[in-house]
Amino acid sequence: MSEPSLTVDIHVERARGRDFTLDAKFSAPPGVTILYGPSGSGKSTTLAAICGLLTPQAGRIALGDELWFDAARGIRCPVEKRGIAFVFQSLALFPHMSARANVEYGLPRKMLRAERQRRAEEMLARMKVAHLAERRPGTFSGGEAQRVALARAFAPSPRLVLLDEPFSAMDRELRRDFIADVRGYVDEARIPLIHVTHHRNEARALADRVVLIDGGRITATGSVDELLPASLDKLDDSLRIHVRE
Amino acid sequence: MSDWQPLILSFQVAFFATLLATVTGVLIGLWLTSSRAYGRDLIDAITSAPMVMPPTVLGYYVLVALGRNSAVGRGWEALFGSSIVFTRTGAVVAATLGSLPLVIKSARAALEGVDPTLLKAARTLGAGPVRAFVTVHLPLAARGLVAGVMLAFARSLGDFGVTLMVAGDIPGETQTAALAIYDMIQSHQEHAAAGMVAVLTSITIIALYVVNKLTAVRRDE
Repeated sequence: MSEPSLTVDIHVERARGRDFTLDAKFSAPPGVTILYGPSGSGKSTTLAAICGLLTPQAGRIALGDELWFDAARGIRCPVEKRGIAFVFQSLALFPHMSARANVEYGLPRKMLRAERQRRAEEMLARMKVAHLAERRPGTFSGGEAQRVALARAFAPSPRLVLLDEPFSAMDRELRRDFIADVRGYVDEARIPLIHVTHHRNEARALADRVVLIDGGRITATGSVDELLPASLDKLDDSLRIHVRE
Repeated sequence: MSDWQPLILSFQVAFFATLLATVTGVLIGLWLTSSRAYGRDLIDAITSAPMVMPPTVLGYYVLVALGRNSAVGRGWEALFGSSIVFTRTGAVVAATLGSLPLVIKSARAALEGVDPTLLKAARTLGAGPVRAFVTVHLPLAARGLVAGVMLAFARSLGDFGVTLMVAGDIPGETQTAALAIYDMIQSHQEHAAAGMVAVLTSITIIALYVVNKLTAVRRDE
């Protein structure tokens, strides 16, 4: 396959301003890789390092032959040059911009304005929120905001997608729709997507492969059936409900 | 008509002082919001000092730093042919120093009030630090920044102590409205001062009212 894989081998000390050390080594080929682990295990820190919002003390990060970070050689590609789509847990839509302006924001500046608008509208339509183009995020429902956030993330044709639990506030039905949208996009674009979650069902619905993380260490990597078998789904669900209550 | 000359000068001085204080204050405020800024608390204390320091002390420092015998003062005189102190430039410097802490405090609070995730999102969408600042950080902090600018303008308009120390009280040259009012009172011309007193009072109250409105809307959001 010619599609590039993401390779990560990093060491982060005192992450999140406290006594927490992260050692993460894994690769993510095109398709969906789930970074699965409990809260505080280092999932979000790993994503921050991959996209360049956080600089590890040691290690290397590369997408195919393109080196994004290499501590030993002093290489550090800035965030904005990596071509990453990052969907945050809070979605982080710009509240002072319309949905279309939000989507246009990530498109290349050298692209003609009319072309940017056309591309933004096309992505909003694809995510079934074309009618929101002129409205600002403050007026969106939770589901609408999710769709606009995905449109914004996918519009620049990213080379890597990072999802930091953006589905956590969604109800089950909405979540299923989104998983289908994300799945559809990644299959078509043939790019790696790393999705952080601690929901087993969500992981099972999306994952091509799973990376288990706990206490800042990668504890296992493998297929979803090996690491998150279906037989535990019910148990996991009941535990989750119990915890939420 | 010459009665209003000090007030006109005050507006001119306040305009330039506010401009200077805004640019400098926003940059310092931005730097102070960075958690990695070294010596942040010390710089914050130093830049806030003009709010509580006696004007004579502040004026003394300015005279030492920018006076005719200082390196900066000599350099300025060589470049522009006139000194900083006891000129309108000195009046602008004095008003800038008095209003700078207000801009810094407002800018810092406004910039810190913006969700950092939005700035991270801008960066991941291809924006460099400057574009992220101009297109996301600045517009979202605009209300607080405008409030700071209004306070700075009102403060610059009425500066007395530092202006007297640094620019003197030269009628037609450095005599601002606050100084002219003082002189009128000293020479028992209270009625003559009433007009300028009314204008300065009105501007101060309007500025504070607008600031309250701006920050109140911000709290509601």
